[in-house]
Amino acid sequence: MKILSVENLSRSFGGIKANDNISFEVEEGTILGVIGPNGAGKSTLFDLITGYTKADNGKVEFFNKSIFGLTPDKISNLGVGRTFQKLKPFTDQTLLENVMIGSFVKEKDIKKARDKALEIIDFVDLIEKRHHFARELSTGQRKRLEMARAMAIEPKLLLMDEVTGGVDQKTIPGLVELIKKLKKSGVTIITIEHNINIIMEISNNVLALDQGKSIAFGSPKEIQNNKQVIDSYLGTFDAA
Amino acid sequence: MTSEIILQAIVTGLMMGLIYALIAAGLSLIFGLMDIVNFAHGEHLMLSMFSSFWLWSLFGLDPIFSIPITILLMAFCGVITHYFLIRYILKAKMLIQICATFGLSIFIRSIAQLLWTPDFRNINKPLLEGRLEIGSVFIGQPQLIASLVCLIAFIGLYLFVTKTETGLALQATAQDRHAAEILGIPSNKMFAIGWAIGLGCVGVAGGMMANYFFIFTDVGINFALFAFVAVALGGFGSIIGCLYAGIIIGLVESLGGLLIDPSFKLLYVFVIYLLVVIYRPQGLFGRY
Amino acid sequence: MDSKLLIAKSEPLWNTNNRVMFLIGSLIILLFALPLFGLNSFYLHLFIMIFMHAVMAQSWNVIAGFSGQISLGHGAFFGIGAYATSFFYIEYGISPWVSMPFGILISGIFAILIGIPMLRLSGHYFAIATLLIGISFQVVFQRWDLVGAASGLWVPMTSEDSWTALQFHRSKVPYYYIFLIFFIISFFIVWLLSRSKLGYRLRAVRDDPQAALSLCINVSNYKIIAYVISAMIMAPMGSLFAQYILIIDPDRVFNIEISIIVLLITVLGGIGNVWGPIIGAAILIPISEYSRIYLGGTGGAVDLILYGLILMVICIFRPDGLISFVPKDILERKKQR
Repeated sequence: MKILSVENLSRSFGGIKANDNISFEVEEGTILGVIGPNGAGKSTLFDLITGYTKADNGKVEFFNKSIFGLTPDKISNLGVGRTFQKLKPFTDQTLLENVMIGSFVKEKDIKKARDKALEIIDFVDLIEKRHHFARELSTGQRKRLEMARAMAIEPKLLLMDEVTGGVDQKTIPGLVELIKKLKKSGVTIITIEHNINIIMEISNNVLALDQGKSIAFGSPKEIQNNKQVIDSYLGTFDAA
Repeated sequence: MTSEIILQAIVTGLMMGLIYALIAAGLSLIFGLMDIVNFAHGEHLMLSMFSSFWLWSLFGLDPIFSIPITILLMAFCGVITHYFLIRYILKAKMLIQICATFGLSIFIRSIAQLLWTPDFRNINKPLLEGRLEIGSVFIGQPQLIASLVCLIAFIGLYLFVTKTETGLALQATAQDRHAAEILGIPSNKMFAIGWAIGLGCVGVAGGMMANYFFIFTDVGINFALFAFVAVALGGFGSIIGCLYAGIIIGLVESLGGLLIDPSFKLLYVFVIYLLVVIYRPQGLFGRY
Repeated sequence: MDSKLLIAKSEPLWNTNNRVMFLIGSLIILLFALPLFGLNSFYLHLFIMIFMHAVMAQSWNVIAGFSGQISLGHGAFFGIGAYATSFFYIEYGISPWVSMPFGILISGIFAILIGIPMLRLSGHYFAIATLLIGISFQVVFQRWDLVGAASGLWVPMTSEDSWTALQFHRSKVPYYYIFLIFFIISFFIVWLLSRSKLGYRLRAVRDDPQAALSLCINVSNYKIIAYVISAMIMAPMGSLFAQYILIIDPDRVFNIEISIIVLLITVLGGIGNVWGPIIGAAILIPISEYSRIYLGGTGGAVDLILYGLILMVICIFRPDGLISFVPKDILERKKQR
């Protein structure tokens, strides 16, 4: 079942077309990888879908219902979670409190919400740091904080913006496992990634953007061999 | 309500507006550079007016001649403010930054009250006095000169920021402090320069107004409020916006006072502020 | 891994230090007992001022510390409360106890009216707007003849002490207890707020509104809720103050100094922390009252010089307020492992 469908989504800033007529669909329970050089408009796409930026035109449908023009809190209420490229933890609060605010969405009782938050924190393997203030965490831990926090609202669709960016190598396999675990639990994922190996490993489909336009959409294998994608982004590609 | 009276109000408003524009420009420059609103801006204006006054009262210097001193004093004041206060709160939360400059405004105003009492002062028989009659409109000479000087200073500021090397360096720092640093533009120095120029503008405005305005410790409060509104109306970070906004505010104040009620001038300006921030939050020319 | 989770789940929600609770309990009992030891009029006044300012600061703490919106015109709600009870008593003889809830309601309504257009604004814009509002209230009330314009309202003194008219002339002790009770109730309300889901969400709104939006929090609504709660805590203080001094005018109750002092007390004590306003008031109010005595006429200006200076110093050196000097394990909510 189609969980998300985007049609001709566009947005310009000044004279620059950050997103130019982007269209694609995502099936429920799959992972869509979004790749493209810096400035291709990937984060803007996320902002348009989740309502942080108003698109100039286009259609966005979540489970066949239009979410175009809705405010971000309404969209997240419908079941769309996200993380941010420029991390936004609640710095003056602990990891636990950060995630609890997410779990309040589905759980009314504070204690039960706290327990649920703990389970998610355990899921992302940060249980020992639960009382640490967000500002004391490393980048990798903050990325997991954001994932945990977004997961706490029990989204059906999760948009992750460069979760492996700026994280050291040895933490990456753990993050990848996490994403796979998430998918197994039924969450549909759209993930922006620079790490091509990861994209190829986990994605069911890949959307390639360049200069605001969608230049390719298909399975990882197809994208791998797509000349335009290779020219604009991959350069010489080492098969994983 | 003859057309002459209305014309008079328009001219008065226009002249006052140019002065508001320059005061606002100083505020806008500082904000554009480091995202800090100088809540003590009104008090700095008050200081510049007192500077003129004391130079006249103690040394017999007419405001026309003491203006350069006032400007330098205010520029120096700007550097001091940056060095002793602003420098430390650059990285703080917005809340703390607001409280800090707010605290500065309280501090300056109350020290002034202690040293100089809240009494009203004015400069007797300055060189610049008298009225001109142009058509059916009466224009006070000091007011006219003050407005023109402010306009010239404003133009000078604009040219400085857009055409000179330092000005461009300031712009670079305003847009992206770190990138500018990498290019060899020291932020700290730019900030200090920004404060010096920002308060220098205030020095021009205050120094000129000392010719005809009453000088007292609370005089800065209204001007500060109008300056805030002007910056918001013109657009935070836009110098040109201050010109349009200042003039609009001057006109609204003048005409509102004439057509409705002079005691509610602040409210008219407040209404403008409301309309702007609700319907056009980025102001006329703003960055946001 | 499982055992760690189980241990975590078995932890209490809040780390309440028993020693601190005992201390606070004792302090409350002490405060109730204090007048019985024969405090003279000055000390009663001092405590009354501390209680009142602590609540006022706490009100500001809710909007600024808990939800991150800097209001520089909070005195407006104080004035509304003051005028509400005084006006209805003078015009219609209504007991302040009855009109106080009305004052609270009006404050809440104004908070909504002001909040809806204003709270959408980002920090600086909102701060400036509140500044304008605060002064506008003063300007309007100075010219509003119905409520006495610049002369204000003079509450007619009852011949005897009266609980219904909330006036006591022979001694300040009844005022002391009334303010103390309001103080305890207000603090309790805010304490509950800080531990509630609403409190968590407000902190989210404060720390990162964008992230809060992604967690289904309607940021605008929550800001308004905080503003309304804040206004409704402030209003009764104005009402009680009016009953305490029996003369109110725009300069006294809509003064920007009120907005300044609540800000200062909270920042000094510790913004965003329930205990901040108490600490700030306990330190600042005695300083203010004593300087008034010893410095006489110039006391007013020196007060303000001190306030401005303290504010700047705190912002530079200790922006988290004096409460940050208290070791972490004593405070609730913080447990380092």
